[in-house]
Amino acid sequence: MDAQFWTYLLVGVTFSLYIGIAIWSRAQSTKEFYVASGGIHPVINGMATAADWMSAASFISMAGIISFLGYGGSQYLMGWTGGYVLLALCLAPYLRKFGKFTVPDFIGERYYSQTARTVALICAIFVSFTYVVGQMKGVGVAFSRFLEIPYDLGVIIGIGIVFFYAVLGGMKGITYTQVAQYCVLIFAFTVPAIFISLQATGNPIPQIGFGSKTLDGVYLLENLNQLSVDLGFEKYTDINRTTLINVFFITAALMFGTAGLPHVIVRFFTVPKVRDARISAGWALLFISLLYTTAPAVAAFAKVNLINTVSNAKYAEMPQWFKNWENTGLLEFDDKNADGVIQYAADTQMNELTIDRDIMVLANPEIANLPAWVIGLIVAGGLAAALSTAAGLLLVISTSISHDLLKKNINPKISEKGELWAARISIAVAVVAAGLAGLNPPGFVAEVVALAFGLAASSFFPAIILGIFDKKMNKEGALAGMIVGIVFTTIYIFYFKPQLGGPGLPENYLFGITPEGIGTIGMVINFIVSLIVSRVTKPTPNKIKDLVESIRYPK
Amino acid sequence: MKEKYWKKNILYLRILLTIWFISSFGFGILFAEDLNSIFLGGFPLGFWFAQQGSIYIFVILIFIYVFLMNKLDKEHNLDE
Repeated sequence: MDAQFWTYLLVGVTFSLYIGIAIWSRAQSTKEFYVASGGIHPVINGMATAADWMSAASFISMAGIISFLGYGGSQYLMGWTGGYVLLALCLAPYLRKFGKFTVPDFIGERYYSQTARTVALICAIFVSFTYVVGQMKGVGVAFSRFLEIPYDLGVIIGIGIVFFYAVLGGMKGITYTQVAQYCVLIFAFTVPAIFISLQATGNPIPQIGFGSKTLDGVYLLENLNQLSVDLGFEKYTDINRTTLINVFFITAALMFGTAGLPHVIVRFFTVPKVRDARISAGWALLFISLLYTTAPAVAAFAKVNLINTVSNAKYAEMPQWFKNWENTGLLEFDDKNADGVIQYAADTQMNELTIDRDIMVLANPEIANLPAWVIGLIVAGGLAAALSTAAGLLLVISTSISHDLLKKNINPKISEKGELWAARISIAVAVVAAGLAGLNPPGFVAEVVALAFGLAASSFFPAIILGIFDKKMNKEGALAGMIVGIVFTTIYIFYFKPQLGGPGLPENYLFGITPEGIGTIGMVINFIVSLIVSRVTKPTPNKIKDLVESIRYPK
Repeated sequence: MKEKYWKKNILYLRILLTIWFISSFGFGILFAEDLNSIFLGGFPLGFWFAQQGSIYIFVILIFIYVFLMNKLDKEHNLDE
């Protein structure tokens, strides 16, 4: 039985599972639709949060990026996990006590202002929409590469599935499907990693195998450092001083951005109590860390395997997978000196092999000669990661429209039933819009995902933190801070991203910070502006001070 | 009474977030190069903190916080 068969089988089985769960967990009220009635067990919520959080990028691309950056890839590992400490300690318990449905809800009430609510609402929709289009693209790519289904049809199948369970089940349906998706994706990610670690070092735990000796008695990382130097690259574990400041700022922007992303925050509204919100963040990070500590191990193993297989080997003797991946364009061999041997080197004049970073996860089972069903598993896992994140994001878009815009802004008298229908219709429209954008991905989508973290860090994070920890923070301060933070960050990114048509040159970066890390500066500016403006304008009304007081205590 | 609870909470946050900062931005980034001369099995220590250690510490920090706060809630009769 070949890989194609296993892929169809595993994708078919997992998709039927998601649909089954959706039918079983239909939402009956707006509270069920928005926050699953606030009745989710903290461990279940932790699992759902982990699936919500880990996207196609975490599953497919991250290990590959680390593989090529070595130490430099650490910014993603620390950045996309460290934010959970902030969430657990500084946000989740208090927002749970506040007990509403959305982030704009909190901003609107805490800052007693429809304008603040609307600013938050626009940010939430913008951040979520750019992110979701990327997921749709991931679904299309997974289908087209592995099942030989055209990209467009792949996207349409993906839309169909998400449409079904998101429209029907709302947060309740999404939560339970996300739990299933977490199980699928973590199994799919760790099984090949265990096999590979066992093959290379005899240790089944990749996190330990990664620091162990290979079968020929040399430490894996030492071997990798040596291979890298031989090919003209920097040592894998070495730290490049010139970019260290940038690593610092990118890590920070990703951490603070994580803690400000609406689709993550909203998950903590679904548990019954304040103490559940705290522990739930702990479970979420534990589940996430299973993948995040395995990924750097996969990165190192895959790099060693790849170099050993292809470097200075005869092209004619390459295994079948090499030819297969050449057909997809993810591997390209250009025999510049016509000697029939593959030269892989840092020097671009000499290098003959172009490797797409995604291949490190996708082709890993084949490179390591793993059984065919493992390849099917990787596809099912990648799809689970993309679909679970897409569903969580679409829910944020839909609640922003039906709850924050319609119910709180336009028509407060709308009935419960009417609001539920509005929520369903808006999620349906959002699914279709995201799908259409995924069919014709605007070129800038990938670039704008970086913007999502920067925006979340420079807008939501300070407004929420100050809303909880600073009673004197008023409407004027928060609004001024959010607007200055967003505007600064957006302008910097657009100015310095050539892909967005920006004229800025890297030598003019502020303190050498790339657009990916500028959200950190935007956040600091937001904090400063908020604090100054709040101290010279009208004080916060007493009613709001009481509200802040009340969210600080669980009871 | 309630003020004491909040002050203690802030104290916990200060301590835990300091550890959070040192283990990631400190050991994983700013001092990583110096730590790299120490080895943990095959791992240079700075590299290990950046790609493994900091993440383990993050998880542990949250569970410690949960433990401390549950205790504090009880002491102040604020648990739900």
